[in-house]
Amino acid sequence: MSHSQRYRSDPAAIRALVRDTEVHKDIFIDPELFQLEMERLFTRTWIYVGHDSQIPKPGDFFTTTVGDQAVVMVRHTDQSVRVLINRCAHKGVQLVTEPQGNTGRFFRCPYHAWTFKTDGSLLGVPLRKGYENTGFDDTEAKLGMPEVKAVHNHRGFVFCRLAPEGESFEEFFGESLSTLDNMVDRSPEGRLEVAGGVYRYIHRCNWKMLVDNQTDTCHPMVAHESSAGTAVKVWEEAPEGTPKPMAVELFAPFMSPYDFYENMGIRVWQNGHGHTGVTNSIHAAYSGIEGYVEQMEEAYGKERAHQILNDVRHNTCYYPNIMVKGPVQTLRIFKPLAADRTLVESWTFRLVGAPDKLLERTIMYNRLINAPTSVVGHDDLEVYERGQAGLNTRYRDWVNVARLYEPGEEERRNYVTNGTSEGLMRSEYRAWARYMTLEEGEAETPLAASGASSPSGRESQSDRRAVQ
Amino acid sequence: MSAPNDNDLIDFVYHEARMLDERRYEEWLDLYAEDAYYWMPLAPGQEDPLLHASLLYEDKLLLRVRVERLLGQRTYSQQPHSRGHRLLQRPWIDREHPESDPAAGRHIVRTSFHYVETRGDDQTLYAGWATHHLVWQDRLRIRLKRVDLVNCDAAFANIQLFP
Repeated sequence: MSHSQRYRSDPAAIRALVRDTEVHKDIFIDPELFQLEMERLFTRTWIYVGHDSQIPKPGDFFTTTVGDQAVVMVRHTDQSVRVLINRCAHKGVQLVTEPQGNTGRFFRCPYHAWTFKTDGSLLGVPLRKGYENTGFDDTEAKLGMPEVKAVHNHRGFVFCRLAPEGESFEEFFGESLSTLDNMVDRSPEGRLEVAGGVYRYIHRCNWKMLVDNQTDTCHPMVAHESSAGTAVKVWEEAPEGTPKPMAVELFAPFMSPYDFYENMGIRVWQNGHGHTGVTNSIHAAYSGIEGYVEQMEEAYGKERAHQILNDVRHNTCYYPNIMVKGPVQTLRIFKPLAADRTLVESWTFRLVGAPDKLLERTIMYNRLINAPTSVVGHDDLEVYERGQAGLNTRYRDWVNVARLYEPGEEERRNYVTNGTSEGLMRSEYRAWARYMTLEEGEAETPLAASGASSPSGRESQSDRRAVQ
Repeated sequence: MSAPNDNDLIDFVYHEARMLDERRYEEWLDLYAEDAYYWMPLAPGQEDPLLHASLLYEDKLLLRVRVERLLGQRTYSQQPHSRGHRLLQRPWIDREHPESDPAAGRHIVRTSFHYVETRGDDQTLYAGWATHHLVWQDRLRIRLKRVDLVNCDAAFANIQLFP
């Protein structure tokens, strides 16, 4: 790729793209900034990789990307979860291409049969004697598959930071982990499993438009009037006494008026993490599912069970690129492909031990709201793509995020404010500028070559691994 | 009207495609039984529409929402409108299907298709198999239409109409 080099060596120019209440259009449309996002933002922050229920047994693997890096998440023989760059040390061939599977005790390259243990270390090379006296032990290939050393498994959710040095997992996420905790706690056994398949769909827009949208509470009654509003209208024509279908119960709250969204509140943590729906949300009024509350009370005691279930957070953003809905057990990841191209994956989870009806509702929600065939999603995508097109015009340069700006808010963390504030978006863009411009040496280096077999005597940084 | 013969069943499938191509949605909906579902699985060979995600699994209420939305003034993703075109291979009656029971008025008809959806300058081709579960209730109606796209698990952009 040949891009302009306006920003690479000019942190001040990058910082100037994010003002208190405006962000410059370049952050959505400029290919050089996209490239720098991959090298900096998606390297220095903790990125969601997958869920450990996807790889229950040793040798189980799941292929995905972290920023623009192809990785494989694998269960090693010692049960730990490893994240390896999906590349043969020999000629660079991707070792696994299935979305998931079991590789046994090692990965075997389909080209020349080099093999690698599930911690990435080089296991075998055919005709090994051909490498005698060649200095092979000093080559990069001897290091095997690069292992991402900074991996953290938080109650099943596996995150990694490509940069070997940088902010710790706890520092980066702070109090925001409470949303993941609440989702897990909603299982009477305190355990989640990925279930029900995954929607994957392509948006021809910048990934940040999707992230920005997750805590935009002033759009549902406008953009989704055509879907949710029509659902309400069609339902009102049903004969009196017809039981309210689950689908209508899921659609209808999208049409809540502005004051509903204002009053439900928004919480801004730090680093662009936050959530809508503090005291109330569009997920608050779903019908009970038979037997579930009783299971929860038995598992946690009455008080704690209701504390868990009454936490009805709407959308939680884990910056940079996932959004989690605890009360409906969904997780969406926005995978950046190019400045104007994003792959969305929408995952669902089973609350282990809970009635199937909950998973059925989760799956229906995902189908109605988050699929390439969703009538709600259609209008979201339409506005993102119109946004991408509009930002490519000249004569205006800035995107406005001024709504309910409070001077000095950049110093605050873990605060609650009006639910229609764009304060969380502003926090996201400030985080963007920060991770894009950290000083040289602050986690600037690419993924460190790794492996216990490191010829140069580099220490394996296994102390950084917090895998359970 | 007497019970349908094979040609009636085949003609019915062509007729349904025509109603969709011509966007005659009220007449199209009328071809569906009150308890009908329109199912487009997300996985090849998928058996469960409830505990596994599907591209579509819509009862008549949701189909009506979809149809009414297409005509709404504030349906931004339909400005401009999408258009669809179906090219069907000749439908055939699947008498081996476990749900087939002509004596009880239940018929299964399978059809290979190519479907093109277009909007503005974009045109996308989808291919697959449709399985119509038809019931005879004084007239033929659809109880289930299952649409298996050959690439149902691919990453799509918007699919706005009815493949």
